[in-house]
Amino acid sequence: MIAFLARRLLSSIVLVIAVSFVGFVLLALASGDTAQNMLGQNATQEQIDAKNVELGLDQSIPVRYGLWLASAARGDFGRSWFTGENVIQSLASRLPVTLSLVAGVMVFAALIAFTLGSVAAIRRGKIDRFVQIFSAMGFGMPGFLVALLLVTLFSIQLGWFPATGYVEPQVSLGGWLSTIALPIIALSVNTIAGVTQQVRSAVAETLQKDFVRTLRSRGLPERTIIVKHVLRNAATPALTVLALQFVGLLGGSVVVESIFALPGLGSMAIRYTERGDVPVIMGLIVLTVIIVVVVNLLVDLAIGWLNPKARVE
Amino acid sequence: MSSSAPSTAAPQSSRSSALQRFMRNPIAVIAAVFLLILLFVAAAAHWIAPFDPNFADLRNTMAGMSAQNLLGTDRAGRDLFSRLIIGTQVTLLGSAMAVGIALLIGVPTGLIAGYYGRWFETLSLWLNGLLMAMPVIIVLLAVRAVAGPSVWTSMAVLGVLLSQGYFRLVRSSVLSVRNELYVDAARVSGLSAFRIIFRHILGVVRAPIIVQTALVASLAIATQSGLEFLGIGDRKVPTWGRMLNEGFQTIYTNPLPTLWPALAVLLTCMSFAVLANGIRDAMEDRGPGSAGTPPVEEAPEEAAAAQPSAEDAILSVRGLRVGYGEHGGNTTVVVHGVDLDVRKGEFLGLVGESGSGKSQTALSVLGLLPQGGRVLEGEIRLLGHRMTGPGAESVAQFRGTHIAYIPQEPISNLDPAYRIGHQLIAPMQARLGISRREATDKALALLERVGIRDPKRVFDSYPHEISGGMAQRVLIAGAVSCGPSLLIADEPTTALDVTVQAKVLDLLRDLQSELDMAVLIVTHNFGVVADICDRVAVMKFGRIVETAPVEQLFAAPQHEYTRLLLSSTLDDAAPRQALDQERISA
Repeated sequence: MIAFLARRLLSSIVLVIAVSFVGFVLLALASGDTAQNMLGQNATQEQIDAKNVELGLDQSIPVRYGLWLASAARGDFGRSWFTGENVIQSLASRLPVTLSLVAGVMVFAALIAFTLGSVAAIRRGKIDRFVQIFSAMGFGMPGFLVALLLVTLFSIQLGWFPATGYVEPQVSLGGWLSTIALPIIALSVNTIAGVTQQVRSAVAETLQKDFVRTLRSRGLPERTIIVKHVLRNAATPALTVLALQFVGLLGGSVVVESIFALPGLGSMAIRYTERGDVPVIMGLIVLTVIIVVVVNLLVDLAIGWLNPKARVE
Repeated sequence: MSSSAPSTAAPQSSRSSALQRFMRNPIAVIAAVFLLILLFVAAAAHWIAPFDPNFADLRNTMAGMSAQNLLGTDRAGRDLFSRLIIGTQVTLLGSAMAVGIALLIGVPTGLIAGYYGRWFETLSLWLNGLLMAMPVIIVLLAVRAVAGPSVWTSMAVLGVLLSQGYFRLVRSSVLSVRNELYVDAARVSGLSAFRIIFRHILGVVRAPIIVQTALVASLAIATQSGLEFLGIGDRKVPTWGRMLNEGFQTIYTNPLPTLWPALAVLLTCMSFAVLANGIRDAMEDRGPGSAGTPPVEEAPEEAAAAQPSAEDAILSVRGLRVGYGEHGGNTTVVVHGVDLDVRKGEFLGLVGESGSGKSQTALSVLGLLPQGGRVLEGEIRLLGHRMTGPGAESVAQFRGTHIAYIPQEPISNLDPAYRIGHQLIAPMQARLGISRREATDKALALLERVGIRDPKRVFDSYPHEISGGMAQRVLIAGAVSCGPSLLIADEPTTALDVTVQAKVLDLLRDLQSELDMAVLIVTHNFGVVADICDRVAVMKFGRIVETAPVEQLFAAPQHEYTRLLLSSTLDDAAPRQALDQERISA
C-alpha cells in the first residue's frame, strides 16, 4: 500500500513537472511582446527593457523555467503581471467555488447514473430502451447550452433562481444552494449520460457472471445479490469512467462558471489567459493537473477497496 | 423500444446485416438524415446563403423573421440565416479537422502500442496519461493566449487532445485480439506485421472506431461552440459559437439570435451521439426488439402419455421443453420433452455430448436458465411441490435448503470481491437464520470436512488467492451448507486436474451418503458415471434416449446412441480405473 502510494506520488510529480514545462515553454514563446502590451504603444525602448528585466523576460527560457520551478517547489507561484496579486492567494480564494461545483456534479451525477443504469440493466425492456435513448441524447447536450437553457427558463422567465452570482455556504447554506443548483444540473447532464451507459453495460455484464448464478442457487435474496454482489462488481468500470469524466468536468466548469458569473477558477482562467498573464496561467495549469491527479488517485483507491483483485495489480 | 418490434422482425432477423438493423432504429435514422442534410448545407453554403455573413445593414438591426431575413437579423443588422449557413460550414470543417487529427494520431499509435508494445507502449501510455490529465478548455484558452484567436489552431490542438480516446480504444482492442489463434496463425505463416495489422486487426477495431468518431465529432462541436461562446474566437469568422456569444448579449431583449445557433449546436451534437448509439446497437445486434424481455413461463400443455412419477422421487420432471429467444418471436428449442426422476438417496448421472441439453435441463430445474432461456412447457416437481404451470411455487424459496448446485468452473463461480468466508456464511445466515458466529463455526467445519487442510486461511482468502481444486471444494461446501435434499452438479470435475478429479468425486460420494442427499450429476464422462452413479440417463439432441441402472447400461446398452457413446469413451474409462487403483494403493 505504501509502496503503491509512493509510486503514484512519484509519477504524479513527474506528470505535473512535464505538464508545467510544456505549458511554460509555449507561454514563453508567445509572451515576447508582453512588456510592450503592458506599457502601451508609446513606451520607449528603455522602459520596455526595464519592464523585461523586472519580469525576468531578459533571461533565456530554460533559465526562466528553472527559476519558476524552484520557487514553485517552495509554494511560491509569483505575482500576476497585471494586477500584482499573489497567485497562490487568488487561486486559493477561488478554488472552493470550483471544487464545490465539480464535487456537487460528481455526487449528483453518480447517484442518478448508478440508479438509472442499474434499473435499465436489471429491468430491461422499455425502461432500458428509454434510458439508452435518454443517455445517448444527454451525451450530445453540451453543458453550456443546458446552462443557457436553465438560465433563460428558471432565472429569467420564472425567476426561481438568481441568474448570476455566488453565496458562500458558510454565509448562507440556502443561498449557496440556490446559486450552485443550476450550474450543477447544467454540468451534470453530460456526465450522467456517459456514466449511465457504462453502469448499464457493467451491471448487465455482471448479471451474466457465473458467480451470480451460484449465489442465486444458494438461496440468497435477490436484493442482496444485486446490491452487495452485482453492483459492487459493476462499480469498478463505472468509477473508471466517472474519473475520466472529471477532467472534462473541470473544462466544462470554465464555460458554466462564466455563464452564471461564479467567482471560480474557470472564470479566472478566461480573464487571465486573454491578457497572457503567465504566472497566473501557470498556477492554474499546475493546480488543475494536481486536482485531476488527486481525483484519479482517490478513484483508484476506491476501486482497490471494492475489488481485491485490483489491489494485486 | 415498441412492444410490436418483435412481431415486425422477420424470422431471419438474427442474420440480417448491420445496415438493416440500423434502418429499423427510427431515431438513429432521423439523426443520420439530419446530419446528411447538414453536410449538404455545409458544402453548398455559399450558394444557399442569400447575404454575405458579415454584411451589416445598420438600418435593419434586431429584425424579426421576414421574407428577406428568414431568421431575422442581429444587432449589427446582419442576416442570421446567412450567418447560420456559413457558420455551419466553418463549424463542421473545424470539427472535422479536430476529428481527423485525432484519428491520424490516435489510431496508428494505438495500433503500434497494442501490437508492437515494448518501449513504444511505455512511452505512448505515459504521453496518453499526460494528455488525459489536461483539462481541454483550459489548454485551449492557453493556446489562444499563445497563438491568437483562430478556429483552426484551436481545433488542431483539440484534435491532439482528443487523440487519447482513440489511442486507448485501439490499443485495448488490439490487445484483446493479438493473441487470438487466427492472428497467431498469420504470424506463424510468415505474414509481415504490417499486413497482419491491416488484414486482421484493423477489421476488429473498425466498428469501435466508427462509433468513437461519431462521439468525438459531437464533443468537438460542443467544445468549439463553448470556446467561441466565451468570445475568444476570431470575430470575423462566423461560427455557431460566435453567434451564440453575440446573441447572448441581447438575450433579454431578443432571444432569436441565440435560439438559432443554440438549436443548431444541440441538434447536431445530439444527432452525432444518437448516431453513435445506433451504430453500436446495429453492430452488436442489440437493436429495438432484441433488447431482451424477461423470460415468461408459458402455461404447459398436457404432457402426452406421461409416466407417473416414482413414489420416492425427490425430483420429478415430465415433458420438459426449454427454449431460447424472443417471447412470441422465433424460439430455439434446446430441450424437447424430457422425463426424469431422481429418487431419494440416489446418484443419477445425466450424460450426453456437449449441446445435448443436459445442462439446460439441470438449470431449468434450478430455475436458473441464462438470460433469454425459459421453460416452454412440461412439469417440474420438487419434493412434491409443483414448480411450473399456473399457481406454481417459486423454486427460489427451495434453493439452498432443498436444492443446491455445484457448477463446473470453480474460480468464476466465486465473487472476486468477497472473502471465501463471507460467501459461505451469508447464505447460512439468510437461509438457516443462524448467527454470524454459528455460521462461521459451521463454515470452518465444512471447509475441513471437504478436505481443506488450513480452513482458517482459506476462510480469510479471496477467490483469486486459492487454487481451482480448492475453489471447487469451497463450492461443494457452500452447496451442502444448508442441508439440501437434492444436489445438482453440472460437470463438477471437468475443469480440474485429473488427480484432483478423483478426489472430488470421492468427496461427493462420501457427502452423499453422509448427508443422505440425492445427487443429479451432469457429465459427458462415462468414467465419472461408472465411478459414482447408481442410475444413468443418456441424452441426445434434447431428448432422453435411455435410462437404466449403471451396471445394466454398461453391460447391455439398449440404444444405438448409448453404444456409440460407450465405444467412443472407452479411452476415457481406462485411465479412471488405473486412477482408482492408484488411489487405493495410496
